[in-house]
Amino acid sequence: MVDPDNPPPLELHDLTVAYHKKPVLYGIDMAVPKGSLVGIIGPNGAGKSTLIKAIMGLLPASAGWVKVFGEPYKKNCHRVGYVPQRESVDWDFPVNVMDVVLMGRYGHLRIGQRPTKNDKEIAVECLKKVKMLPFAKLQIGNLSGGQQQRVFLARALAQESDLYLMDEPFVGVDAATEAAIVEILRELVTRGKTLLVVHHDLATAKEYFDSLLLLNMRLVAFGPTEEVFTPEILQTTYGGRLTILSEVAQTIGVQKS
Amino acid sequence: MRKSTVGLCLVLLLLVFCQPAEAARISDITETSMTEQVQRFFSLRDPSVRYALLGSILLGACCSLMGSFLIVRKMALMGDALSHAVLPGVALGFLWNMEKDPIAIFIGAVLVGLLGAGTVQLIRNTTRHKEDAALGFVLASFFSVGICLFTMIQNLPSGNRSGLDKFMFGQAAAMGQGDVTLLATVTSVILITILIFFKEFKITSFDAGFAKAYGLRVQLFHYGLMLLLAFAIVSALQAVGVVLVSAMLIIPAAAAYLLTDRLSVMLVLAAIFGMCAGATGAFMSFVGRNLPTGPFMVIAAGAVFAAALFFGPRHGLVSRWWRQRSQTAKIRCENTLKALYRVLEDGDFVQESVTIQEFCEQRRETIEDARQQWKEINKAGFATLRSDAAAFTPDGWQRACEVVRNHRLWELYLTNTANIAADHVHEDAEKVEHILGEDAVRKLERTLNHATRDPHGKLIPSIRDIHAHGTKISAPVRVDDKPTGFGSTKENA
Repeated sequence: MVDPDNPPPLELHDLTVAYHKKPVLYGIDMAVPKGSLVGIIGPNGAGKSTLIKAIMGLLPASAGWVKVFGEPYKKNCHRVGYVPQRESVDWDFPVNVMDVVLMGRYGHLRIGQRPTKNDKEIAVECLKKVKMLPFAKLQIGNLSGGQQQRVFLARALAQESDLYLMDEPFVGVDAATEAAIVEILRELVTRGKTLLVVHHDLATAKEYFDSLLLLNMRLVAFGPTEEVFTPEILQTTYGGRLTILSEVAQTIGVQKS
Repeated sequence: MRKSTVGLCLVLLLLVFCQPAEAARISDITETSMTEQVQRFFSLRDPSVRYALLGSILLGACCSLMGSFLIVRKMALMGDALSHAVLPGVALGFLWNMEKDPIAIFIGAVLVGLLGAGTVQLIRNTTRHKEDAALGFVLASFFSVGICLFTMIQNLPSGNRSGLDKFMFGQAAAMGQGDVTLLATVTSVILITILIFFKEFKITSFDAGFAKAYGLRVQLFHYGLMLLLAFAIVSALQAVGVVLVSAMLIIPAAAAYLLTDRLSVMLVLAAIFGMCAGATGAFMSFVGRNLPTGPFMVIAAGAVFAAALFFGPRHGLVSRWWRQRSQTAKIRCENTLKALYRVLEDGDFVQESVTIQEFCEQRRETIEDARQQWKEINKAGFATLRSDAAAFTPDGWQRACEVVRNHRLWELYLTNTANIAADHVHEDAEKVEHILGEDAVRKLERTLNHATRDPHGKLIPSIRDIHAHGTKISAPVRVDDKPTGFGSTKENA
């Protein structure tokens, strides 16, 4: 299925993740083709964030493997851009908007190397794209939720990656910003980038994404939106957890700790 | 910039090494008067004074640099725990060859300190305890072991000459050449490491997940920081003491955190504050003869923190109170102007000035209050007062028109666009009128199609009214000009 000369941006095989010794993701198998805009949807606790964190090695996988452009993640981490959840950082941290966006360039710099003029120009471009340039000198805590999210997006854009993993970029964002972000995501896709976006809103998922990954502790379905956005599949994804699966997970968790 | 700093560190090191070793201990000094003591301190004649001062300044710098990272990583308590945890290491370092050898004590203390940090990590990772409980446990238990060992050493035949008691509360004067050399080395290492890896320390402190995702070895920098922290604590111990070294880590950095929004500026400010506090501590301790240095340093640092807390330009409590006060004064002033405007409006702008009785009726206030308010607007140049009447100056007229316009525009906006009943909008407009900026007003006017009347049927002054009347009032005008002027602009609009 996989062409060795042209490996897919992301390939997972039997990826299993245990969180605090309790399994939360079971045997995820998938290959994401180049240039797709994938929405990851599923109920709370389905393991959406866990999946993308496990892909990047932020959480240890207990089984299976991840390949990014045909190589283990660590080898190709510079080709991956990341938008973490907004709550994951301290917004009182003494940095301004420009500093944060420049952090997107750090992956391209050697350890100990300062951002160059070129990096700063790229950062300015990315700030322009998300319409945050006027705020460049502002401390990040003074921004609204939507603005903070746009700063994170600008930082990811500055990474100039080929594969983007975004964790809930639409949370706490007003409708106008949401539309602006979607437009930027679409533009990235037309430039041949591959995007995986964790999304919580079923209503908009259908119109935003080309393909959907429905998740509930295991992969329920992955495919083009029109094929997988069906009542039956949604029912399987959202219709409560698989009772036996989560009960067993509970028991394993208790035994291990 | 980096090269020059490295050069500076080298010069510093050389200076320390070149010091003559004849040092007389400050404690040997016989009775002298206070002024003589002060003179001796500032002349830097005694090598011991030089050591004490240089050592204190160095420790102030290195502690506050490390402390800045603790603060932004929300790990302030880690400094406290680590500084107490190194005590057994100090004792073990002494027991190694039964003398106060700075190097042996340094190595012992760093090793035990890292053991303490490791224990915290272990408890956090393997039990259900969170970091605070783990820190509490390590702090107390390691400290107790240290105290037991110290007492043991004191009871040894040579123990009471060990000078180890200085480690509890700190005595800068007890520092010798070896101690200062060690401090200079540690400070240089810390400074150079931070300069080289500033970018990495910043990103791992701000967003470790992101750093790890792009391939940075986050744990390495975390442990590196802990190691540097242990270095700073251990080399500072002798001058500040185990109990208070954490204060020198945290307080100067905390003061700097209140004053700036940039990490780089924060580091520089913290280092300056730390050095000043260190120098002050050394000075007080010398002049006061054998007083412990640590507490004085911490008091000095505390004073800096208090100053930052109260007088910091942006986040300072006094500055904030002052801003709030001037905002309140502005609102009161604008309300007075608005009342004057409404009195004139009720008289169809026939009269030129407002009597105090009319004003009191409008505001439903006592004459005393009204006089006070008039005095304020007079002082601000918004009105001229003549016996019991007030008249607008051009500035005052303009301001009054703007406030009334803001108020009525907002009322209209709420009723028309937000569909709020006309009798509910006044309260909100009372607040909003003072904060609407020019941009917002232009937008409102566009949205409302440059409407001329508010929901209660009152005229909304337009920008032309504001300026037209401003110029007319400054010129000698006939009283009956005003309503005409107002009416004509209305028609134009």
